[in-house]
Amino acid sequence: MNGLVYLTDVVTLVLDRSKCSGCRMCMEVCPHAVFGIEHKKAVILHKDFCMECGACAKNCKEGAITVKSGVGCAAGIINGILRGTEPTCDCGSTGNCC
Amino acid sequence: MMTGYIHGEIETTAGLFPRIETRWNRSDYWGAIKTRWSVGRMKYRVAPGIYAVGDPDRNSRVFVTGNYKLSFDHLRRALTGMNGWILVIDTKGINVWCAAGKGTFSTKEIVRRIRIHHLEQVVDHRKIIVPQLGATGVAAHEVKKMTGFTVIYGPVLAEDIKAFIDAGLKATEAMRHVTFPLVERVKLIPVDIFYGKYYMVIVPLVFLILSGLYPGGYSVDLALISGGKSAINLFSGYFAGCVLTPALLPWIPFRRFSAKGVVTGWFVALLLLLAGTLGLTLTEKVSWFLMMGALSSFMAMNFTGSSTYTSLSGVQKEMKTALPAQIAMASLGFMGWIITKFVSI
Repeated sequence: MNGLVYLTDVVTLVLDRSKCSGCRMCMEVCPHAVFGIEHKKAVILHKDFCMECGACAKNCKEGAITVKSGVGCAAGIINGILRGTEPTCDCGSTGNCC
Repeated sequence: MMTGYIHGEIETTAGLFPRIETRWNRSDYWGAIKTRWSVGRMKYRVAPGIYAVGDPDRNSRVFVTGNYKLSFDHLRRALTGMNGWILVIDTKGINVWCAAGKGTFSTKEIVRRIRIHHLEQVVDHRKIIVPQLGATGVAAHEVKKMTGFTVIYGPVLAEDIKAFIDAGLKATEAMRHVTFPLVERVKLIPVDIFYGKYYMVIVPLVFLILSGLYPGGYSVDLALISGGKSAINLFSGYFAGCVLTPALLPWIPFRRFSAKGVVTGWFVALLLLLAGTLGLTLTEKVSWFLMMGALSSFMAMNFTGSSTYTSLSGVQKEMKTALPAQIAMASLGFMGWIITKFVSI
């Protein structure tokens, strides 16, 4: 990381080490170096670096990782509140998007 | 659609494919600048399909990307001097990372495109290189199960592809991690500036009209003088939130973006106070601190969407207190400001 850390103790990332096969896929896809390997199994090293993008859970064959993923975007959350949906940055109709 | 990047075709046993230029021409550079300023950004697309780079054959590597032209342009430029295939999937003109988050850069779309364009007939091997940031929407093991193609996650940045290939398709730790340096933050500022759209005209106009009020009635001269000052204050608050905050992000205290926004908003208000233009009375000055702080805070909070490290849970937690605080500050400030129109306090 480059010194930028967001709020601590809020992230929903959970790793069930008993299911882990040690394939390292989570380490490969994580953009923020959240995971490491200890005793041939994945371990969460820096939970507060997690941005809940969901890449690790998506690419975990064993289903050992869960995270409530979504867009960490205030405008997206406001969008969701206004439409009564989950936070969404799907703002295609207004023609302005990330 | 602009197709200046296509030069000729390549004939294979699987059919004809357009061959593309790896060098950017003037319209590519101009297009990149325009999209950064939100001009035609949502229409900057490439037709999905298979493209040839250099002189590829049945053993050449396959690179997958979305159909936002800026993503495609960065990839083809990174492949300069190489032979390879590019498989462009339909992400509705959105960049890879955002499209992966929205579910358009997905397992389903990759599988669909492999089938539609018969990738298995174009190459003999069974490997595709997918940008790492696409992993949010793609399950490598499912692509393998459905198509036989193994997904290899490439580096975060297209510019690292050459080094990645030279290392035997291995990314270094640095290539796997997303950073958020000044240059990147600044590139995202213009799009943020246009977030307010027509509100940027309407709100100052409302202040301008209301500025004409005084205990004895209404004065157009007063509206123009005092309203002009209001507009300057408003734009300064907006500027603090969506230009100063992103640019100075790591150096502003607090982790919450909304709190960072209050800091920059008040800093700018302080400058205007020292310059003597913030307001005439104490109540008006305090009111402007409240309104500019709220405005800057809100705009700074919006930058969470552009940043590369904020989590949904974190932003939700931040907003739970920040949004009511911003509304309270803005309302109080506005009431205070209206009061100064009638009572000299």
